[in-house]
Amino acid sequence: MRKIKDNLVTGLIWIAGAITGLILIWIVLYVVINGISELNIEFLFGNGDEKGLIPMIISTVYIIALSLVIAAPLGILSAIYLVEYAKQGRLVSIIRFSIECLASIPSILYGLFGLIFFVTICKLSFSLLSGALTVSIMILPTIIRTVEEALKTVPQSYREGSLGLGATKIRTITKVVIPSSISGIVTSLILSVGRIIGETAAILLTAGMVARIPTSVMDSGRTLSVHLYYLAKEGISFEKAFATATVLLVMVLVLNLSTKAFAKWIERKNGLV
Amino acid sequence: MERILTQRKIKSRKKAIKLDRLVIEKIIKNIFLLAAITSVAFMVLIAGFTLAKGLPAIKEIGLLEFVFGMKWKPGAKIFGIFPMIIASLYATIGAIVVGVPIGLLTAIFIAEVAPKWIRNILEPMVDLLAAIPSVVYGFFGLIVILPIIDKQFRNGGNSLLAVILILGVMILPTIINISAYAIKTVPKEFKEGSLALGATKMQTIFKVTLPAAKSGVLAGVILGIGRAVGETMAVLLVAGNAAIMPTSLMSRVRTLTANIAVEMSYATGLHQEALFATGVVLFAFIIVLNIALRAVTSKEVY
Repeated sequence: MRKIKDNLVTGLIWIAGAITGLILIWIVLYVVINGISELNIEFLFGNGDEKGLIPMIISTVYIIALSLVIAAPLGILSAIYLVEYAKQGRLVSIIRFSIECLASIPSILYGLFGLIFFVTICKLSFSLLSGALTVSIMILPTIIRTVEEALKTVPQSYREGSLGLGATKIRTITKVVIPSSISGIVTSLILSVGRIIGETAAILLTAGMVARIPTSVMDSGRTLSVHLYYLAKEGISFEKAFATATVLLVMVLVLNLSTKAFAKWIERKNGLV
Repeated sequence: MERILTQRKIKSRKKAIKLDRLVIEKIIKNIFLLAAITSVAFMVLIAGFTLAKGLPAIKEIGLLEFVFGMKWKPGAKIFGIFPMIIASLYATIGAIVVGVPIGLLTAIFIAEVAPKWIRNILEPMVDLLAAIPSVVYGFFGLIVILPIIDKQFRNGGNSLLAVILILGVMILPTIINISAYAIKTVPKEFKEGSLALGATKMQTIFKVTLPAAKSGVLAGVILGIGRAVGETMAVLLVAGNAAIMPTSLMSRVRTLTANIAVEMSYATGLHQEALFATGVVLFAFIIVLNIALRAVTSKEVY
């Protein structure tokens, strides 16, 4: 009796694992199989009047680059402060609480904030810059947390050794701590790129959806994910929506795999040294 | 005499250099601190602006009329969001019902049951599930789930059920990753003790390991709930977005997040403020979840 029950539960657990795996395979294969046939040069680069995907790709790249330029230094410096300098106290717990809150705010609320603050009050209008500023606040908590984790993996003895040799704290951080945790920091940034690519609601409310090649950061732009939303919502062309979704999935997949490959490569390199 | 003077000079210069260094160290430390404080500033700004824009609207409409009002008719200046609160609640509860059992069992599978080679495939797959953009989930729901529901019920497919299914899948990676981690970190001695006492593997997992990992598992579930409550784009594409009280799984629903996303582009005046007020209610939900999360994880011993 006990044996039967045990096998039954084990079976259920296997089934759950299988369901999770199959859901992913289903979604990815369904989208890619339907999208790959539409993915041709014409769809990507356009053909005469028909605009291709290029404007969306460029807008997406703009938002990624701008957001990283803003959020990466802020996030890395914050993490360094929290790990290397901060002592338990009121200020630190307020900072930590704020980061926790930022992490749990839904993206649509970021969109609302960006709309009223960057677009309206700062008079940046619907632009890539407004979108990037909004998104950079969104990814900030993730960057801080993951970089913190990376810094924490550096053994305390490294720091003590450096300080013991007479190096200042700053030199210890720039010459010892950061080089030893660089793989974690890079991984963290790649992961946030994935997040930026996937973000839709906040960008829709702040960067608008003009489907032209942006000429400056003050132009409105439509990112790939906003484009997919637009195509799906308006029911304009499911073929194009499939192809756009495929491009999005491939980007996310490549990012994901490269993060893992990069981490492994660094591990191996460090192992050899 | 000369020599003493130069020695003094050197000494004072050395002192100056040391002082310089200390000053620089201090300045740099403060730059780091400043960066860390921007998070606090952003948090205050976001909460402040949402409240500043939302609270006047709640005051003008009336708190009770706003929160418990059954009708949302911006044209007639009637702003009641009760149907959307209920829709968000139903959708979240539904997502839990769908997502938690599968997620928790998958976490157990990854942490305790699966052979190593399967685990090595499944774990990256879960990461990928987390990385899929929400709008792609929405599109998948639109193109696959809606026709299936439509075939059964002939209602076009846009429904609470579709929302629940999509959200249930979307919260899986959060629940799986955090629960699996919690289960993996339960000390080996617990399991070995239980097995040595003659308990079967499953008894050990459900009577010893899971209770020991309880706070981590709960944290995973709460974070999953947070994701479900805050999700916008995927919901927008499959919900139907009718601002009416959901009466069954087949009702077309509009969640709080969708309400903001649908109307923000053209709303002005009190209407726009009412959308910010919707944001305030959403904020309240998130704060409650955060408090719950703190209560759950604070018991953990780090």
